[in-house]
Amino acid sequence: MSSLTAKIQALGAAVIGWMQNLGKAVIFTATATLLIFTPPFRGRRIIEHLYFIGVLSILVVSLTAFFTGMVLGLQGYYTLSKFGSEGLLGSAVALSLIRELGPVLAALMVTGRAGSAVAANLGAMRISEQIDALDTMDIDPVKFLVAPRIAAAVIAVPLLTAIFDIVGIIGGYISGVVMLGVSPGIYISGMISSTRMNDIASGLIKPVFFGFVIAAVSCYRGYFCDRLKVGVKGSAGVSLATTSSVVIASVIILILDYVLTAFLL
Amino acid sequence: MPDTIEKQTTATSTNEGEAIIEFRNVTKSFGDLTILDDISFNINRGEITTIFGKSGMGKSVILKHIIGLMQPDSGSIIFDGMPLAGLGRSERRDVKSRIGYMFQNVALFDSMTVYDNVALPLREKTQTSEKEIRTMVLDSLEKLEISGTARKFPAEISGGMQKRVGLARALIMAPEIILFDEPTTGLDPVRKNAVHSMIEHMKRKFGFTAVIVSHEIPDVFLISQKIMMLDLGKMLIACSPDEIENIKNPIVQDFIRGQETTKDDVTGLDNKLTIVHKFDQEVKRPGGSQSQGAMIVFRANEFDVINERHGFAAGQRVMQHLGGFIEEFLRISGDNFRFSDDLIVTMLPNTQAGMARVLAKKVGNALNEEKAVVCEDGDVPPYILSAGVAVTTGRTKIDDVIASAIDEMSTIGKFEPELTGETV
Repeated sequence: MSSLTAKIQALGAAVIGWMQNLGKAVIFTATATLLIFTPPFRGRRIIEHLYFIGVLSILVVSLTAFFTGMVLGLQGYYTLSKFGSEGLLGSAVALSLIRELGPVLAALMVTGRAGSAVAANLGAMRISEQIDALDTMDIDPVKFLVAPRIAAAVIAVPLLTAIFDIVGIIGGYISGVVMLGVSPGIYISGMISSTRMNDIASGLIKPVFFGFVIAAVSCYRGYFCDRLKVGVKGSAGVSLATTSSVVIASVIILILDYVLTAFLL
Repeated sequence: MPDTIEKQTTATSTNEGEAIIEFRNVTKSFGDLTILDDISFNINRGEITTIFGKSGMGKSVILKHIIGLMQPDSGSIIFDGMPLAGLGRSERRDVKSRIGYMFQNVALFDSMTVYDNVALPLREKTQTSEKEIRTMVLDSLEKLEISGTARKFPAEISGGMQKRVGLARALIMAPEIILFDEPTTGLDPVRKNAVHSMIEHMKRKFGFTAVIVSHEIPDVFLISQKIMMLDLGKMLIACSPDEIENIKNPIVQDFIRGQETTKDDVTGLDNKLTIVHKFDQEVKRPGGSQSQGAMIVFRANEFDVINERHGFAAGQRVMQHLGGFIEEFLRISGDNFRFSDDLIVTMLPNTQAGMARVLAKKVGNALNEEKAVVCEDGDVPPYILSAGVAVTTGRTKIDDVIASAIDEMSTIGKFEPELTGETV
């Protein structure tokens, strides 16, 4: 009986601990978000992070988009040709990219490239006391370090998604039209006629949330890298923050994608 | 108050000596390890307080409690009459803005240049124009002899330079209280003394309060008004540096003996502690206080002006030069000591005052002849040498002898280098 009580106690403690962590993360993120809109405004810092999170991710996002588009063209052609509907290839590629694959894959790529870097960067600043140093100078580290990163990610991820969509459609065109011989006119006109503004809007609303999730998770994990796990300190804390922020952000993006799709459909 | 405290300095009635930071029964533990065990002490306004003790005893933890990076498990910390624990957000910010902090491991922002590191507090916390910021930052870098590093990143400069950048950053806002966590560890003797001299100079100029965690015993005692030793969570002593000799606690004496050196690093001469010991021994010898003897006190005039004009290391180089010069001339006649920042004392046993004056004059004349001298570390700026003589016969306190020598001090020589370097 007592062992059962102990197990229940342990479970209870774990749940309470988990909820406390979640609460802390929510407060941290909410504070950082509010601080974006609190003066003094430092636009320059947002631009610096936009460059890092956005501009430097263009290449990897484009590369992913191009091959995703190509494979969509290939698979789409193979499936559609079974029903003799190759003419729908343009709309199939465009819709799946704009509504679903663009936002999710672009966000996952940004998580891998920029999210991990943000966590590692803040983690290194934490363990070398740079965050404490800001604090002692009465410079709010959350406003200085976290707020501009969140703002930059929320702006950058939708833009990267748009780039992903365009490059992906070009990739689909190359595999479908150039390589497999679908008529270019049909590919493009099918794409134009089946894509509604609603599709594009929903495809660009999702990445706003994804960007927020990437920045919030990676900033939180990096910022508190010395408190993530008992006994994990220093560089081990930084590495834990980096890996865990990528895993957590990716999982949240996939779950959130389903929830958002359900609402936006 | 724990009974381990042997002596507590009594605060003077002036505003200067009143407590600005009070620790009251503060306890702090990390897991099973108690770092601060019910300790109480005061940091007085306008004073330099030095905390020393073995490594890992929680000296830095005390500083982190003052700035608010750590909170005590129990007990309270009173800042200027206000308990830190009860402060609201804006009051807490106000406290922080009054304190500067120099981290033990410097904590420079590694993705910013040295210039941006030092400029950051000005840019973020003040409305100062970029032009003024530039002047202020470059001026402070120049004072610390690191102008050349402005465009470099912290990882590209040496540890000693990083220390000085950290110092520049802590001082740029001219805070009321500065907490230094081992400000001189890893610096060479000239720069170490330059940092001490700068802290002391700025304290006199701006009247700031400083708390220094340091191992530089006894050098740091020279600039401190109060010293405290932390051991196993307890504050073993809190007294003035002069009183340290009378503290009988064996842990304190062992530690100090283990740390202190008898030489002044900069000049290579014996330091103040040695001369005080030597004088005391001489006096205690039967009939010692009656034996004939004289002291010459040499002073590099306007030491503060030299520091301000040529940088703080230049002041130390003056003393390095002067120390070497006096040693060369008077080594045979007597023993030379660096007594304080700008004083070198020569003890001449069995010598009368008249003879001592003749010797002092010789030193002055020789200095007038001396030309371009470049120390290992840079140029020696021009300086004027004064000297005074006092007899030791019948005196039991060295401070009295020094004071009477200073009273009759006059200019005896001048050093004018042929090649005066620019401020380095």
